[in-house]
Amino acid sequence: MTISTYRPLPAEIRAIQDEMEAIAASYGLDFYETIFEMLDYEELSMFAAYGGFPIRYPHWRFGAEFDELMKGYSYGLQKIYEMVINTDPCYAYLLSCNSITDQKLVIAHVYGHCDFFKNNAWFAPTNRRMLDQMANHAARINRYIDKYGHETVEEFIDACLSIDDLIDPYAPHIVRAEAKERTSAIRGDETLQAPERKFQAKEYMDSYINPPEVIAKEQHAHQQLLERQQVNRSFPNRPERDVLQFLINHAQLREWQRDVLSIIRDEAYYFAPQGQTKIMNEGWASYWHSTIMTGHGLTDAEVIDYADHHSGTMATSPTRLNPYKLGIELFRDIEERWNKGQFGPEWDACDDAHERERWDKQLGLGREKIFEVRRIHNDITFIDTFLTEDFCRRHKLFSFAYNDENKTYEIESREFEEVKKHLLKNLTNFGRPVIRVMDGNYLNRGDLYLQHQYEGNELKIDYAEDTLSNIQKIWGRCVYLETVVDDIQCLLTFDGHEHQRAPLIKN
Amino acid sequence: MTQNIDRDLQRFKHIVKGKVRGNLRKYVTHGEMLGRKGREVVSIPVPNIDIPHFRHGKKGSGGAGQGEGEVGQSLGPGEPEPGTGEAGSEPGRHVREVEVSLEELAMMLGEELELPNIVPKGAETLDAVKDRYNSVSQVGPDSLRHFKRTYKQALKRQIATGQYNPDRPIVIPTRDDTVYKSWTTVSEPRANAVIIYVMDVSGSMGDEQKEIVRTAAFWIDTWLSSQYRGLQKRYVVHDAAAHEVDEDTFFRIRESGGTRISSAYEKISHIIESRYPVADWNIYVFQFSDGDNWGDDNNACLSILKNHILPVSNLFCYGQVESPYGSGEYLREVRHIAEIFDNVTTSLIEDKNGIYGCIKDFLGTGK
Repeated sequence: MTISTYRPLPAEIRAIQDEMEAIAASYGLDFYETIFEMLDYEELSMFAAYGGFPIRYPHWRFGAEFDELMKGYSYGLQKIYEMVINTDPCYAYLLSCNSITDQKLVIAHVYGHCDFFKNNAWFAPTNRRMLDQMANHAARINRYIDKYGHETVEEFIDACLSIDDLIDPYAPHIVRAEAKERTSAIRGDETLQAPERKFQAKEYMDSYINPPEVIAKEQHAHQQLLERQQVNRSFPNRPERDVLQFLINHAQLREWQRDVLSIIRDEAYYFAPQGQTKIMNEGWASYWHSTIMTGHGLTDAEVIDYADHHSGTMATSPTRLNPYKLGIELFRDIEERWNKGQFGPEWDACDDAHERERWDKQLGLGREKIFEVRRIHNDITFIDTFLTEDFCRRHKLFSFAYNDENKTYEIESREFEEVKKHLLKNLTNFGRPVIRVMDGNYLNRGDLYLQHQYEGNELKIDYAEDTLSNIQKIWGRCVYLETVVDDIQCLLTFDGHEHQRAPLIKN
Repeated sequence: MTQNIDRDLQRFKHIVKGKVRGNLRKYVTHGEMLGRKGREVVSIPVPNIDIPHFRHGKKGSGGAGQGEGEVGQSLGPGEPEPGTGEAGSEPGRHVREVEVSLEELAMMLGEELELPNIVPKGAETLDAVKDRYNSVSQVGPDSLRHFKRTYKQALKRQIATGQYNPDRPIVIPTRDDTVYKSWTTVSEPRANAVIIYVMDVSGSMGDEQKEIVRTAAFWIDTWLSSQYRGLQKRYVVHDAAAHEVDEDTFFRIRESGGTRISSAYEKISHIIESRYPVADWNIYVFQFSDGDNWGDDNNACLSILKNHILPVSNLFCYGQVESPYGSGEYLREVRHIAEIFDNVTTSLIEDKNGIYGCIKDFLGTGK
């Protein structure tokens, strides 16, 4: 499908695109065909509100987003420069009122993104024909609107969107063998024979790798679990992180509702890798616009404009790490370390600061290394693997925490381990709480039991209750959420009429 | 394509309006709008117009940041998005401020309270028509030729076509350059209705009572203004003596002293007789008091009311606000009269929450 308003680029910009594309390719960047369009700010905001897509299903939240973008722009608070979407071909949108220098920079930046979309492993399962898919979703939802009424459908979408982040971002990368056994427990036709879970091993190693007593214990535990489930008729067999999928499978929904929910889920999975690789993706694109611009793109007259824009993009603020800045600096750091051979056991063992300072084995492996990194990592493994103590010190990273007494955020530590821990924690599950379905037949009466994986960070209770209401709307029966409130394990309940909160007594 | 975002934007605005409507009672009773009088548009905070998600609260939250600063240094109470996880991708839940015109609010109020659209007695609403020379046209009589614009136009054309010579700056307009003054016809609706607001500002009326009166008066005023164009308003305050004041004073004044309601009635009838001949005017009177009148004054009051005010008024409303000293006797007196005159309405306002009911009592009758 082509975008209906497609307008050819002005010749001047077209020439820049050709030039930038050739330079990017010469560095080994590898991308799908990239189609640029020039838009005015209103159009760009519209695309941005729709997540980059020209056609989405009708929903007020897009209007709200658009309203906010336009207001932010007219009050001079913010400005989008560019957008690019992960499709094949890639579509990218340029802001027509930008200066030529900015257009060059943005185009170079876009090629970084396009390369990343195509090559990063976390994007591999995404649908590259998402333009069609989005239009298809829109058509389906429009059909439901015609049939069941705007308000009805919208209200249901509201409820679905409320949980659109309760997915398992790793699910697309895992093939689960037991996908089919989900409902078998409730039917009670499962034999109580626990599967034998053995790792493959050479015979002489087998007793070490699969110790018989451990296997026996596991089997026993599994047996008990099954028996308990048999008695309670509870499911799923193990906690389910893909709450959306669980609801699609088991909630009391009408067909159109099930379909709407699956549309919301599809789109959530499509966008998930962008959340998982924000730092890397922006860092990679910034690395390339910087490399290309300073190496090739700039005329003397453009240097100041470029520097101004680039430094604006890289600006940091105390309580928010700038993904562009952190990403580009990490890529540069990796490149330098692999160029100089500052890695491996020998390097790690060296504790002579002076020697480390001068360390240069002239390996020249930097470029190769960063291409590898952009292929296989996501933000979590990127930070976990490549954030070093030196880097933290050099870039003045710190961790901060909320002080409940002073009602402010405070700098908590500049210790490397602490900083890294906080950073990783905030990247885990996009920094959002992990919620799992524990039981879809709680108390043997079809209630839904959810659990918040508490790791020292409490939920915002008013949001949680509102969200719970929405889940109840979808599930159709009472819903429970196990969490921690004011340091006490609690059970939040919503039965469709009122919210309750009670301390949890586990038996 | 842009139509899609338009559709979603309209839908969003519709929902916002719905929220405003849902919280209308709060906005109406809280009197926050009073200070905004005079501006046509008010902005109203509309919370909760987002889609809720499971999110972390502040407690136990934190993240990683970058920059100078000692350990323990405060980064401010603001709502930083903890860490990088959500950087940029989500705007967070703001309290949205939406702009709504007072007229729209009044219409909403009208709908919520099921207020009837008021048809003025005698339907003597006149529309005066007037021409205003406020535009230009390509054609017209020579007498209306707009010289300055014509020559400007000619100059522009000459420069654009390269005929202009700065050394010999002669500008010759052609037929096409000529611009004529033109007019538009504006109708100036002249509704002949006057509202007289009367407020008791005596010592027994506490600040809260006055606040209630002002808030009620404000909304009545706003609603009626949306119904009548060019509505005239008069404001009378009284304790033992009555004064006609301007709008601003009415909404701000502090007084104290005894109470003589008859003084206000005398003032009202004087205003009506001298300026608003009953043949031409729809007259509305809204009186607010705690009902604590000097005992021997009541008869005088009722006499003026019956003989001078009620016969000429479309509607006479009496709102009695309960004060810490209890509720006065006067309400009972007016209620007696209400049995005889069908243009009398009374309302007892117990507290702020009573404002809503009072507006309905007063305007719901649609007299």
